[in-house]
Amino acid sequence: MSRPDVVVTGLGATTPLGGDVASTWDAMLAGRSGVSALTQEWAAQLPVRIAAQLAVDPSTVLDRVKLRRLDRSEAIALVAAQQAWADAGLADSGLDPERLAVSVGSGIGGATTLLAQDDILEASGPRRVSPHTVPMLMPNGPAAWVGLELGAKAGVHSVASACATGAEAIALGLDIIRSGRADVVVAGGTEAVIHPLPIAGFASMRAMSTRNDEPEKASRPWDKGRDGFVLGEGAGVVVLERAEHAAARGARVYARLAGAGITSDAYDIVQPHAEGEGAIRAIAKAVADADVAKTDIRHVNAHATSTPVGDMLEIGALHKAVGDHPLLTATKSMTGHLLGAAGALESIATILAIRDGVVPPTINLDDPDEGLSLEVAAHKARHLEIPAALNNAFGFGGHNVALVFTRV
Amino acid sequence: MTRDEITAGLAEILEEVAGVNPDDVAEGKSFTDDLDVDSLSMVEVVVAAEEKFGVKIPDNEVQNLKTVGDAVSYIAAQS
Repeated sequence: MSRPDVVVTGLGATTPLGGDVASTWDAMLAGRSGVSALTQEWAAQLPVRIAAQLAVDPSTVLDRVKLRRLDRSEAIALVAAQQAWADAGLADSGLDPERLAVSVGSGIGGATTLLAQDDILEASGPRRVSPHTVPMLMPNGPAAWVGLELGAKAGVHSVASACATGAEAIALGLDIIRSGRADVVVAGGTEAVIHPLPIAGFASMRAMSTRNDEPEKASRPWDKGRDGFVLGEGAGVVVLERAEHAAARGARVYARLAGAGITSDAYDIVQPHAEGEGAIRAIAKAVADADVAKTDIRHVNAHATSTPVGDMLEIGALHKAVGDHPLLTATKSMTGHLLGAAGALESIATILAIRDGVVPPTINLDDPDEGLSLEVAAHKARHLEIPAALNNAFGFGGHNVALVFTRV
Repeated sequence: MTRDEITAGLAEILEEVAGVNPDDVAEGKSFTDDLDVDSLSMVEVVVAAEEKFGVKIPDNEVQNLKTVGDAVSYIAAQS
């Protein structure tokens, strides 16, 4: 039996650029930055006082009582999943719940709940700790809530691979459909950890930009002046569907998820391999799995987080694994780095780039690094016919994930 | 504090914690069967009630508080 094709039939997101996919995509094409100063009192003591905060707070979308039992990462995963579900038109499709699975991960999980409840424990004692604490902080919480909301009974999965999580969750969805375990997988990533402790932790690693006086210019992948990533929050979810199932119900199809490549470095807990060996293998595997010619990969939505080392390693890996023809972009220049949601949001940007024939810009690329030997859609969106495109995501722990989407 | 005042206080807590319409709260109503309060929300209701009414409601008592009226009687006897 031949391997089933998998297509994307629904998209959902809530991001620093907008409360849904359409507003986020419009802002991306316009080259808007979602980064701003952190004006909260707790930020004053931090070395990093900028972040890409959600454009639309989940409290304006979800019911107040429901929000009491949701970590912010769970709430926004639900928002994005509900959008994707509605977008796919599956609500009244008669889909068998036992053919519906969920694959939604988070890089860090319910850390803000853990910290807030610890404050309550210290101040008021154990009896005041919320009975919702555990389901709010457990790392499978976002996936479980999405599964509960949509009635998914074919399995609920929560990938955790740091900043590769969103992309790996989508890759798992591909595997689930190919293996015949489900016809539809709601897949993506979520992250909401704009809180002093995670910021202090990343800042202590010297991983974050400290361009506090120019928030909108702080995330600048491949620019000589880049000095680290900017933390963002948000969620992105896609509906993956067995192609024949989508065709049978006349579903609108955005793109085909043609292939995925997953590797691990086995090199260092946080540093990427010095020659990008794991990234090269992941990209090559994804291209081979998709069974497309390297020359068809016309566009890459790069992982490019605006860190001094990682950005250029990825360029080298792309050269080796794909060649020098694709037009690159780094949408993190606008959204900041959504950690576990990054690979999902950037997959959505990749899918829409294919659909619309347009590559969103990389803003702030004013003074390109000498090592930037591939073409980038700097400053402005560029029209481009895209038969196939690649999305990369790499994470602390040595996780490398590459996804190939193709035009239908 | 009268029974009606305690019922009204519980209604406020139930609205805050579980989104129960205050008009639905009456002594004869069961927390789980009529007002749809699940076990985790019930824990929140109990802790909030202890604070609001200045009483202690031990965990082994909570299982006996099936209806709003049961809770009102327990709180009235303690306060």
